[in-house]
Amino acid sequence: MVDASPRQRSTPWLLSLPSLLLFVGLLAVPMALTAVLSFHVFEGMRGIQTAFTLSNYIEVLTDGYYYELFLRTGLMSLGVTVICILVGVPETLILAKMRPALQGTFFVVILGPLLISVVVRTLGWQILLGRQGPVNSALLSLGIVEEPVRFLYSMVGVVIVLTHVLLPFMIVAIWSALQKLDGQVAHAARSLGAGPITTFWRVVLPQLMPGILSGAIIVFTLAASAFATPAIIGGRRVKVVTTAIYDEFLTSLNWPLGAAIAIMLLIAIVAVVLGSNRLVERRFKQVFS
Amino acid sequence: MSTMSLRGLSKTFGNFQAVNNLDLNVEGGEFLSLLGPSGCGKTTTLQMVAGFVPPTSGTVLVEGEDVTHVVPEKRDMGIVFQSYALFPHMTIAQNVGFGLEMRKMKRQALKERVDEALAMVRLSGLEDRYPNQLSGGQRQRVAIARVLAIRPRVLLLDEPMSNLDAKLRGDMHVELRALQRRLGITTILVTHDQVEAMTMSDRIAVMTGGKIAELGTPQQVYDKPVSEFAYRFLGQTNEITGEITSNDAGSAKVQVGSISLPVKVSESHQGTSIKLFVRPERLRIGAADGSAVKGKILTRLFLGGIWFYDIDSDIGPLRISAPNLGMSPAEEGETVGIEWNSGDMQVATSELANG
Amino acid sequence: MSNKRIDQNGPVALTFHVLLTAFILAPLVIVIVASFSDKDYVSMPFDGASLRWYREILETPELIQAFWLSIRLALTSATLAAAVAVPAALAIARHRFAGRDAITAFLMSPMMIPHVVLGVAFLRFFSIMGWTGSFFALVLVHALIVVPFSLRLTLAAVIGLERDAEHAARSLGASRFVAFRRILLPLIMPGVAGGWVLCFIQSFDEVTMTIFVATPGTTTLPVALYHRIAFLSDPVTTSVSAVMIVGTVLFMFALDRIVGLDKVLIGKK
Ligand SMILES: Nc1ncnc2c1ncn2[C@@H]1O[C@H](COP(=O)(O)OP(=O)(O)OP(=O)(O)O)[C@@H](O)[C@H]1O
Ligand SMILES: [Mg+2]
Repeated sequence: MVDASPRQRSTPWLLSLPSLLLFVGLLAVPMALTAVLSFHVFEGMRGIQTAFTLSNYIEVLTDGYYYELFLRTGLMSLGVTVICILVGVPETLILAKMRPALQGTFFVVILGPLLISVVVRTLGWQILLGRQGPVNSALLSLGIVEEPVRFLYSMVGVVIVLTHVLLPFMIVAIWSALQKLDGQVAHAARSLGAGPITTFWRVVLPQLMPGILSGAIIVFTLAASAFATPAIIGGRRVKVVTTAIYDEFLTSLNWPLGAAIAIMLLIAIVAVVLGSNRLVERRFKQVFS
Repeated sequence: MSTMSLRGLSKTFGNFQAVNNLDLNVEGGEFLSLLGPSGCGKTTTLQMVAGFVPPTSGTVLVEGEDVTHVVPEKRDMGIVFQSYALFPHMTIAQNVGFGLEMRKMKRQALKERVDEALAMVRLSGLEDRYPNQLSGGQRQRVAIARVLAIRPRVLLLDEPMSNLDAKLRGDMHVELRALQRRLGITTILVTHDQVEAMTMSDRIAVMTGGKIAELGTPQQVYDKPVSEFAYRFLGQTNEITGEITSNDAGSAKVQVGSISLPVKVSESHQGTSIKLFVRPERLRIGAADGSAVKGKILTRLFLGGIWFYDIDSDIGPLRISAPNLGMSPAEEGETVGIEWNSGDMQVATSELANG
Repeated sequence: MSNKRIDQNGPVALTFHVLLTAFILAPLVIVIVASFSDKDYVSMPFDGASLRWYREILETPELIQAFWLSIRLALTSATLAAAVAVPAALAIARHRFAGRDAITAFLMSPMMIPHVVLGVAFLRFFSIMGWTGSFFALVLVHALIVVPFSLRLTLAAVIGLERDAEHAARSLGASRFVAFRRILLPLIMPGVAGGWVLCFIQSFDEVTMTIFVATPGTTTLPVALYHRIAFLSDPVTTSVSAVMIVGTVLFMFALDRIVGLDKVLIGKK
């Protein structure tokens, strides 16, 4: 508001200086070092060699193993995102219709787990989804399955747990879109003769779209970056990009290769975020601004 | 009783000129209003005076002393904002005492001053409340008490009444004006409310596009403005376009359609096309016979105290207002004569903001 | 009223809602229930209830140490984050300057970078700098990754404020610093405090990045827990988790008191 006189022109820089020092020293420099590391050579006996090579990237890009790894991670994230949308949209609408007191309570119930360590939540699922765990006992006693379902160390299990971990983000995003929606719009549609389903498809859902899309971006990227959940629930059988990076760094000790995979993951995620932001903006800018 | 002058004050945001080479002298103890439409640069001007916006060029003088580069806290000016800007986390007494505390006033003296300021705005007894426990009108008075407590050299008011309802606003106009007179404090009020400016001010500066278009007493700026802008912005006016057919030392004949009107213009008036202004209340409805200008009443509006007639006349569309004196008014569709005193058909003389 | 019917949830909707709530709470409830097991391995269901795994916590010094380390880490990094984020938020909210958008994006970027990637970067950086195993280095990187949370809440608080109150204070004679300390700071305090609490929780819960740089001397509670869950079946994890759940719930109440949970969770102004 107040614009800069010469004396004030340096003020914003002075105010940002501490944070910038921290970020340059501990974010920019380490990231740059990692980028450099990814071009180094790793030799089993002698460790990291400073020679410059593209071989790590070539390996990641040409080896079918990594291709499959990234594809699996992408599909897993996509699955989690779709389920979160399918569950999050109705749940948000249900929440919106609740009495304020109940609404507050259920917001805490649904969003509160965000504040509880992911490791703890994953442990809960590890117990629930075990071979003899409560979920399998229930399925067996209800006669839905004949034999215990293998949830642990399976993609299904990982997707279920990631959905649990990430659903709150989707609900928050849809909720903010819903807040901007004029409550009378649905009533207007109804009084113009649209049934509840038509009203939802033609009037409510299109207006929630920006929220759903931004929620989808968040959920997708967090799913693709998740580590503890796929590591505990997926184990060695369901390897994803993050667990592969972990193994390269802490088991195989091939840091340059691990760094290359990490850089690729970062690029992929930034590309997805920027790409979909661009899409969202172009698609919705005229209507919602 | 501090005098104040603004000399060539300008403010440019990027390449947008918000305030343009503004000159203004405010007398000691005077109440001056900056009146103008939204976005004309009133707030920017006031903020430059208060020291929150550094001017791009020009100077601000208080009692002849250049304060252009003085920080706000050293200017000794009291500013009241539209939002009141009370400190929500402090009690009323703490709010009012804040400026005194900054001046390191002793406890006892401070308390006396706070009491005195609150008494002035008739809020005694609310010392320990918080701002959100007060009504809009009370908050506004706290904001005023807070600046009066420091006995500033100059009082600056930025639309301080715009958040009040119409009745309360009317009361506050009278109260604030009386208080200002009593304290004799030099005051600049920023407003876009004409009634507010007219009722409270000694002089009004009408602003548009970052410049002062008109400066004078309320009566001067309303009755004899020099700029077309002021004619249009203040109250209502009829605008008539005609051709000058002769100009004899300022007594001109102006041809409008088939009618020739006598009008006073400046001797040097150039060109033949001219705009005439006449206020609705200066026009009278008379009998059709014998009137030089006739018209047919298209619409009649009743506003309680007055009638409005929209008339299709020989000299173009006209609006006439007539006091409601209880007599039966002219009917819609009736043809009537239109009269006025010769001085009421006026011409804008200023270059500023013409067109 | 017919309106009321339109605006109410039908039985299908309510069933959906109940099932979803159960889905959300199930893993937390099961952890607490399982923590009372008397078996030697993590199990559900179990026969005899006991508190042995709670006693076990007290007899596992690594866990106690990890807990205190996490608390110290969260306290210091949340405080450091606030110390750098609050001035930055003021600069961003109150000044137009070249590079403003770039600085904002830079300071928010830890939210977008996968924590695995950050972990890798810090592991490399620490090993080059010889900072491996340093608590201070851990504080710095934790502060870095929680800065966006502090920045976001502080920004929301500053942007929601009119400048008028500060201006009023200035023209009443307060210097820039006094106006900041007496007017602005108290007014943005709820946002700053909410941000601090959120940073504390984020730092306390962080596992993915920390796992890369944690050494035996700098193992945080979530990392210790992770190793025990991923590689052992140690029932003490359930009792520790139960304690963490209860602790978080208490923390949530505090948060709700200070700023309102909805503000923190939804970013509502
Ligand atoms: N910091 C700024 N940056 C850019 N333009 C500005 C800035 N402050 C004001 N302006 C512009 O300057 C012009 C004058 O603004 P100002 O606030 O002085 O208007 P005003 O006369 O007080 O209007 P209102 O009656 O609406 O309060 C406006 O067009 C406004 O958009
Ligand atoms: Mg203004």
